[in-house]
Amino acid sequence: MYDFELARPTTLAEALEMLAEEGSDPLSGGQTLIPSLRARLAMPERLVSLMHIDELKGIEQRGDALHVKGGTTHAQLVHGAYDIFPGLASLAGRIGDPAVRTRGTIGGSVANNDPAACYPAAALATGATIHTSQREVAADDFFLGLFETALEEGEIVTGVTFPIPQASAYEKFIQPASHFALAAVFVARFDTRVGVAVTGASEDGAFRWKEAEAALTEDFSVAALEGLSLPEQGLIADVHGGADYRARMAGVMLRRAVAALA
Amino acid sequence: MPDVTLSVNGQDVTQQVEGRTLLVDMLRRGLGLTGTHVGCDTSQCGACMVLVDGAPVKACSILALEAEGTEVTTIEGIAAPDGTLSTVQQAFQDYHGLQCGFCTPGMVVSTTALLSENPKPSEAEIRHWLEGNFCRCTGYHNIVRAVQAASGQEPAGTKAVEAN
Repeated sequence: MYDFELARPTTLAEALEMLAEEGSDPLSGGQTLIPSLRARLAMPERLVSLMHIDELKGIEQRGDALHVKGGTTHAQLVHGAYDIFPGLASLAGRIGDPAVRTRGTIGGSVANNDPAACYPAAALATGATIHTSQREVAADDFFLGLFETALEEGEIVTGVTFPIPQASAYEKFIQPASHFALAAVFVARFDTRVGVAVTGASEDGAFRWKEAEAALTEDFSVAALEGLSLPEQGLIADVHGGADYRARMAGVMLRRAVAALA
Repeated sequence: MPDVTLSVNGQDVTQQVEGRTLLVDMLRRGLGLTGTHVGCDTSQCGACMVLVDGAPVKACSILALEAEGTEVTTIEGIAAPDGTLSTVQQAFQDYHGLQCGFCTPGMVVSTTALLSENPKPSEAEIRHWLEGNFCRCTGYHNIVRAVQAASGQEPAGTKAVEAN
């Protein structure tokens, strides 16, 4: 690992001031960044830890929505969202492994936008809002492709507000060595609409499966999905599975999620 | 170089570290606590698992400075001071939950965290929890049985190794 300085600010204002300086990168739970640094894939002069900032931690219900602050760990979300938004708690409880959940944060995961990350699927399916240090961005406008987001230099994710669905389910087919999704589907059922998003399968990261949303909004049943399949174009093909396989598994995950809720 | 002060196995320690020093390197090189193993270098295998304020953390995926002010427990802090094995350690021995033993410190630490959160885990819960601990010898079955035994449950389909 290249050497760097570690700064540990305790307020958001202080952190943002540091991040505005050349050569500074944010460090959250480090479950992606630390292994990347160890592989010498990044060479920051200074890392600014966001883990000691109390105002970035916590979960609260805001009307019909659940607001999760950016520094909240997956493990905290498992417990904190359990009664309010069990589908999200269940998703958080299946990220990585227990040690990853102890350290990893929602803000870090959302900002990284790994194409197989779990939270983007929930954010897209529910129509969440991503709060940054500068603005609020709709999930649809935030996730822009492989490890790409709407974040600008020095801007960090301070929280995510998820509209709470009546019911939701996340079906995840994992690649067993990494525990990342090979194909996973989040289904969020609201009064007047259904949100469906897929992660792990596309070269462009998580995306909404709008044909599935339309079919399920009209008739929330597995039968309504008769004949529906994901086009293979743009899906990941690698040593773990071809594009056809991922398309097929996404279809299976969708039907399992709907069956669990119907 | 900055100092980091934390509690390790109940003892307050202060160490000089670099910004990039990993907790695992501070434990092994700085404090000589070599029971925390480095297995993979990619933060996947879980051999370096320690407890930070009671929760499992891969010591290779956290900077030493990030552990400032925490209470860290390594495998050396699991047994009683007189050497008596913990219930989890004893169960791993009784149910042959190890072969080469390299992953075992991480397995024991993870299991200790599991049982403090969930004293009677089902087999599925045990397997799910231990997803972050890789073992290349046992095939996991005896590890799962050891965890079942350590939690006072009947281990699936086996008996304890008879002492002779």
